[in-house]
Amino acid sequence: MINRIIFGTLPTIALATLSAVPLLAADHEINQQDRHFSQTEITIKVGDTISFKNGDEVTHNVFSTTPGMEFDLHRQAPGASSTIPFNKAGDAEVDCSIHPRMKLLVHVK
Amino acid sequence: MKTPTRALFLMLVLGMIGSVPGFLSLDRAKAAANTAQSSRTLTRAQWRLKYVRPASPPFPADNLYSEDRELLGKTLFFDPRLSQSGSIACANCHNPGFSWGDGLAKGVGTGMKQLGRRSPTILNAGWSDLLFWDGRADSLELQALGPIASQREMNMPLDAMVQVLQTIPEYKTLFAKAYPGDPISEKTVARAIATFERTVVSGQAPFDKWISGDENAIGEDAKRGFDLFNGKAGCAQCHSEWNFTDNGFHDVGLVDSDRGRGERLPLEGMQFAFKTPTLRNVDRRAPYMHEGNEQTLREVIDFYDRGGDARRKSLSPEMVPLHLTPQEKTNLLAFLSTLTSVDKPVEFPIFPR
Repeated sequence: MINRIIFGTLPTIALATLSAVPLLAADHEINQQDRHFSQTEITIKVGDTISFKNGDEVTHNVFSTTPGMEFDLHRQAPGASSTIPFNKAGDAEVDCSIHPRMKLLVHVK
Repeated sequence: MKTPTRALFLMLVLGMIGSVPGFLSLDRAKAAANTAQSSRTLTRAQWRLKYVRPASPPFPADNLYSEDRELLGKTLFFDPRLSQSGSIACANCHNPGFSWGDGLAKGVGTGMKQLGRRSPTILNAGWSDLLFWDGRADSLELQALGPIASQREMNMPLDAMVQVLQTIPEYKTLFAKAYPGDPISEKTVARAIATFERTVVSGQAPFDKWISGDENAIGEDAKRGFDLFNGKAGCAQCHSEWNFTDNGFHDVGLVDSDRGRGERLPLEGMQFAFKTPTLRNVDRRAPYMHEGNEQTLREVIDFYDRGGDARRKSLSPEMVPLHLTPQEKTNLLAFLSTLTSVDKPVEFPIFPR
């Protein structure tokens, strides 16, 4: 019974995720270097993704607490990259919790 | 749910929320490997370029420096009448004789009761983004009023503080010179104290002379310690640049129930995290760490050499055993001693009456 619920739910989740992402969604790369983001602001479209790459020699922890756009990459080792989708219009403030000087404003349109 | 199904479901959920908290040990190993690699690629000369100190402290556009503001701020900073008891000044915990700390494991507040954390030095605080061990103030102006109003520290309601200052005639003159047209208020008190704090800058240390090109300013043992600081020991991963801080927050693995930054920012990685302190004049500022339990710099180095004590998810991936030899520890100590400047005694202000 539980398996049936799970297997019935997985396609629904997948379809719901796909339906929220328009075709031709773009991926944008933001690098983290010398304890700074490679840019302080970026404008993207709804459904686009941002790949946060740690190009530094120290651990970073990129996150956002903007309501409706929350995410937490947790510890990101040097050289690692993580991709986050932005499926809602608005402005998201993205920071590094370890290095508060790192700030990025994401305009999602 | 059968195990493969459960694993698939968990992977999907973890992937969707963008968090994989189970791989901390892997992250730690990667961080250590990358550190070793970077220390091999930079030469001593290249590292030295990263430690050039700025010419002067930054002042914000809405609170620019003037001598009158510094004088007012200094007077307020040393004046115990800013406390409810009339006996506790900012300078009680930030005493210039102790390199702007208090030399205690933990600060002492109103009623002689011990506070929760060690009093941080205000040396070079003008370059800080976030103030306090947990980063709860985002400007010196905001920070300056916190301990005054805190019931555990100076216990002075801010409206009462303003009333006290307004009754002291000579303060009216000082405020009028510093902030013409502005009343004596919480805002002007904060701005003046912040201005003074920005002038509290560590002086030229032997290390700075070496960075400037004087090859004889520090010994060979200290130079080897500098190499270790940036390389094998990994200190510069957090104690970076001229002020020896990344202005960041890390759980370094102290056994303590204080969650630090985690109380302000409820992320897993911020639990038990505290602000990286400057290392300027560090050999004159014992005891160490936010809870003041380490009595000597040698004990601090031993603590980092064993990769900290607490093992938990929030522990910084940079905290790994270093396997330093006794000679390497001695070299690190020699290097740290070169960060201390010989400064003139601070002149005590005459208080307005």
